[in-house]
Amino acid sequence: MGLLEVDRLSVGIGRLTLLEEITFEVDRGEILGLVGESGSGKSLTALAIAGLLPLIGARVTAGAVRFDDTDLTRLDEYRLRKFRGRRIAFITQNPMTALDPLQPVGEQVDVVARLHLGLPADVARSRTIEILTQLRIPEAATIYRQYPHQLSGGMKQRVVIAMALAGEPDLIVADEPTTALDVTVQAQIIHLLTSLVRERGLALVLITHDMGVVAQCCDRVAVLYAGRLAEQQGVRSLFAAPAHPYTHALIDCIPKDGMARGSLTGIAGSVPSVAHFPSGCRFHPRCIGRQSVCEASVPAATALPGGAVACHFPLNGDARHG
Amino acid sequence: MATHDMADAANLLVIDRLTKRFDSGAGLFAPRRSMTAVRDVSLGVSRGSVVGVVGESGCGKSTLARLVLRLLEPTQGTVHFDGVDLGKLAPRDLRRARRRMQMVFQDPYSSLDPRFTIEQVVGEPFAVQGEALPPGRIAELLDQVGLAGEIARSYPHQLSGGQRQRVGVARALALRPDLLVLDEPTASLDVSIQAQIIKLLQDLKQDLGLTYLFISHDLGLVRYFCDRIIVMYLGAVVEELPSPSTEPRHPYTRALLDSTFSPDPGKRRHLASLTGEIPSAFNLPKGCAFAARCSRASSRCLSERPTLTTHASGHRAACFHPIVADEKEPS
Repeated sequence: MGLLEVDRLSVGIGRLTLLEEITFEVDRGEILGLVGESGSGKSLTALAIAGLLPLIGARVTAGAVRFDDTDLTRLDEYRLRKFRGRRIAFITQNPMTALDPLQPVGEQVDVVARLHLGLPADVARSRTIEILTQLRIPEAATIYRQYPHQLSGGMKQRVVIAMALAGEPDLIVADEPTTALDVTVQAQIIHLLTSLVRERGLALVLITHDMGVVAQCCDRVAVLYAGRLAEQQGVRSLFAAPAHPYTHALIDCIPKDGMARGSLTGIAGSVPSVAHFPSGCRFHPRCIGRQSVCEASVPAATALPGGAVACHFPLNGDARHG
Repeated sequence: MATHDMADAANLLVIDRLTKRFDSGAGLFAPRRSMTAVRDVSLGVSRGSVVGVVGESGCGKSTLARLVLRLLEPTQGTVHFDGVDLGKLAPRDLRRARRRMQMVFQDPYSSLDPRFTIEQVVGEPFAVQGEALPPGRIAELLDQVGLAGEIARSYPHQLSGGQRQRVGVARALALRPDLLVLDEPTASLDVSIQAQIIKLLQDLKQDLGLTYLFISHDLGLVRYFCDRIIVMYLGAVVEELPSPSTEPRHPYTRALLDSTFSPDPGKRRHLASLTGEIPSAFNLPKGCAFAARCSRASSRCLSERPTLTTHASGHRAACFHPIVADEKEPS
């Protein structure tokens, strides 16, 4: 039983179905990677968990998002606020847009604790400085008084993480938290998030397009393609033996040490838009192993040891690389 | 630093002690400040090779790209293209020289005019040069970059990111250049599309005998794609690797390599390799710019700036305490 269970979740706008029967769960002390190319539905899944679909005019059409046994999709906005920002925190891709440019960053962290935990201002303030220090921000008391434009990208993202932690959440949903950062800083932030999960027993849903990041820190991985779940597995088995041709192709897109020139070919074509989803398996037009059945019928999810795959011809042991 | 490789006829491009300083005008509340975006950079790019320039934001790699094409005037130093000093050319001759050196930009969303059809985008270089568009050239170019001919009448917004970047490459190839300067050509694309574009660039280089200067923040990608690698930090070259498999001697290159996440869960790193962030280029330290973040830094690194020293043929590093192969010998 996971802390968060996304159960056959479907999301639509008007008559279009954007997400179809997405199922995964994540427990305390665990990092679930949600991967796929742009347009695969990763961020939409995050919005659905946050109950923020109305912002883009979308709604949950079927399924449930159970958090600690409460179905969030059935809560009204007022009751949802007891969860969002308090027990479930969100970290977005661009720290600049998550921070108010006109307010010192420390006060923006205070607000979360005052609102959700009802702490008085002075207590919230010293707590903020404590959190900033725990996030290895040097001279936290000075940083507290600074405005976002005075901080570097990595420092701003740490402040956003501090805001997420201020409500003492059980679950963090991080949507591409390091994409806007330099590579050396990205490594620092990923290690920081990982240690928070391990030390505090948080659950983390990490949304990323970077299979390298997934390999380095996730426990389990759910691969999305064009609004459907392609595959879900433990991280080691997923990289050692991807069952879905899409997962296999995504892993093969990353240059590895000593790789021969020309061996990196990418995935032909691109992710289809919602209005042009192909019939059958949505990956079939780009799949090198496609057969006529792939175009004709939608593959059902079949069980793997510790996971599932939705493919008519999942890769067998021989074809999987080791 | 000697003007190395200078006389070598094998070099299509020779950059010698190039420096670019930007001055910010004094404002109502701000004093006049200046920053050196590129400092004393020398490098040669031999014909038919791919030279990679790698570094994080603010390292000067994009400024270097613009200096090479003379889209920016250098404060000091020279750029020789095929033996000709670009700084000595009159505007008209410079425009003619630019036919042979073209650029592919990072963001295919903002580098294509949204009001132009793809045909107009790809044909524009001919208009700039005041030449008639050879019949069939657009179709030929689109075919070379793997796009269907029908796309000619589309507008940029109708294309995917990968298709747009292919259009950017087709435009760069229009005048049959010898050198392409590729400024992060895949940074805004998905990895699946990045791999497609890199494959395309490799095939084009082979078929058309091109030479590339490839600018990127991704050392993993640069090691896959490039023959030689230049690593920059805060405007200066810190290391030159003669081959992608050369073991780095500069601690910054090592840190960049360690920050590249391997897609192998069996090879996990448990510590971030580097603390701190890149200091402001307006406020450069007196000594080595990397010293504040470097675990090997000594007092000398804080007071004195290291220059590039040759360690092996073509392998140079600017560090007082370079990493030694097995790390047992004294450095």
